[in-house]
Amino acid sequence: MTQKHDANPAHSSLDDGDSLLPRPTRRTVLTAGSLALGGAGACTLAVPFLDSLRRTQASSAASTHEQTVMDVSVQDLEPGAHKVVVWQGMPVAIQHRTPEMIRALEDPALLAQLLDPQSRIRQQPREAENTHRSLRPDYGVYVTICTHLGCVPDYQNIASLPASGGFFCPCHGSQFDGAGRVLRNMPAPYNLPVPPLHFVDDHTIRLGESPLSPHYSMNSIQQL
Amino acid sequence: MKDSTPPTGHWLDSRLPFLRPFCQHMARFPMPPVNLLWTIGACLMVAFGLMFVSGLFLSLHYQPDLSLAFDSVEAIERRVPSGWLIRSIHTGGVSLLFAALYIHVGRGLWYGSYKAPREIVWLSGLFLMLLFMTTAFAGYVLPWGQMSYWGATVITHAVEAIPGIGHGLLVYLLGEDTLGGVALHRFFILHFTLGFIIAAIVGLHILCLHGTGSSNPTLDSPHPDRTTRPFAPFYVTKDCLAVCVFLAIFTVLIFFLPGLLSKLDNIIPANPLKTPADITPEWYLAPWFAMLRAIPSRLGGLIAAASSLLVLFLLPWLDRSPRHNATYRPLVRLGMGFFFIAFITLILAGMHGATPLWVWLSRGAMLVWFLTFLVLLPLVAYRERQAAGNAPTQGETP
Repeated sequence: MTQKHDANPAHSSLDDGDSLLPRPTRRTVLTAGSLALGGAGACTLAVPFLDSLRRTQASSAASTHEQTVMDVSVQDLEPGAHKVVVWQGMPVAIQHRTPEMIRALEDPALLAQLLDPQSRIRQQPREAENTHRSLRPDYGVYVTICTHLGCVPDYQNIASLPASGGFFCPCHGSQFDGAGRVLRNMPAPYNLPVPPLHFVDDHTIRLGESPLSPHYSMNSIQQL
Repeated sequence: MKDSTPPTGHWLDSRLPFLRPFCQHMARFPMPPVNLLWTIGACLMVAFGLMFVSGLFLSLHYQPDLSLAFDSVEAIERRVPSGWLIRSIHTGGVSLLFAALYIHVGRGLWYGSYKAPREIVWLSGLFLMLLFMTTAFAGYVLPWGQMSYWGATVITHAVEAIPGIGHGLLVYLLGEDTLGGVALHRFFILHFTLGFIIAAIVGLHILCLHGTGSSNPTLDSPHPDRTTRPFAPFYVTKDCLAVCVFLAIFTVLIFFLPGLLSKLDNIIPANPLKTPADITPEWYLAPWFAMLRAIPSRLGGLIAAASSLLVLFLLPWLDRSPRHNATYRPLVRLGMGFFFIAFITLILAGMHGATPLWVWLSRGAMLVWFLTFLVLLPLVAYRERQAAGNAPTQGETP
């Protein structure tokens, strides 16, 4: 136990007492050193604990791949009807449009109400950047996750746009038209995303693959 | 370390008025000249802290459901990032915690730390030991492997030995007729909750200690040393040194010998139709397992195991001699020496098969256990009080 705090006298004589800075005592150095090493140890120990909160690895790679591509039959979907399927844990609304609904999507009165009527913001593959915002005018396919805070908008008649139908988010009242385009002055900032898709045949939609835009995915859009 | 106390007029000082007196008390707490065995308490705090934190992180991934429990533990080992390390800290830590705990209790026995005025320190400490044993047992059930299932089966069926209400109590505790999903969920909640209860009682244990002060191992010697030193920095440094050594052992156990203290049978999912050939408890519960086995009566074994713990609670009143330190009490030194050998014998007996040799060794060890505490200590204490000239028994001045 060193009761004397001062450095040993041999060292002090070398200074000639000129030093302006107070010499750190042996105890100060040891305390600072111990605290630094102990702190480094505690930080190292924290690494595995924080690491364990990362996403758990999937039990097998094959099972995740199966879910990325999904075929949906639209054979029994009457014109004017819609259905919701779950793709990769996300709700995807598929609507079979009547000719009136397709025409309504190009109505100038509707376009004037929309935030992004020309679909300039990348929420869809290039081949869907058109007036009906879909690959084929008669089928609209949208991921119905509100771009505001992630609730699921419902497909329903919206009073201001009776002809095209639309999506209404119950959480904060965002409204989208029949092509998933958000109206002005709504909390949601972007249109509903279009998933990567193509038609395998006339009545089968394959979700998760878009041969025309091979790099398009839910990770490459502006916001889900 | 005076710097650790906030200066006067500190912003916190006026808003948390107890902070400054508390820091001062901790820093200036007068310590008698205690030896290295008094650092085990700090090691226990560190071990418990690691168990608590690793347990919380494991509980984020564990599923207390009959069909998911085993797989969720496998997932922690294989798929949760760093999960194997956290589980290793938890399963290896329990052995080190109990090793330190038994040394801590043994030190209390040898140096008479149970005596007045430290009875509550002793009793709260023993209560903590019981809580740790319960928590460890409940935790061992959770992975729902073969050893978990059959260990839990055997111990819960010990309840059936209680005359009259035994079976009803067993079914009530299990929540259904057999050991199953309801019981597993209860074991999980028990294990989880006890961690917090232990934390609170550790606080009480230390509060009691700080009321009376640490015992002085030199008082009974021919040259008693009554000097005290402030806790900071002298004993902070000493405790830190001991904790470093403790953590070094911990690290070696986790990284280099992960399989040393685990049983292979427990990585087989629980099978209620097949008891493993060799069912042995973890070493830290082995003494009481050996006792259950050494008495040829179910109720008798249960009573013997419970009594072995009960006598420890009665120690402050069984040994009322003013002398503390066994080093300077020849007969107590002999008795305690035999008791420590008996305790180790019981651990070994519990971990070996029920051969006649180990059963008889356990019986001998139990005899030593009870003779030391129920006969030797009261007699020696009586003679020492006579020798002290009928002077009234008084605790050392704190």
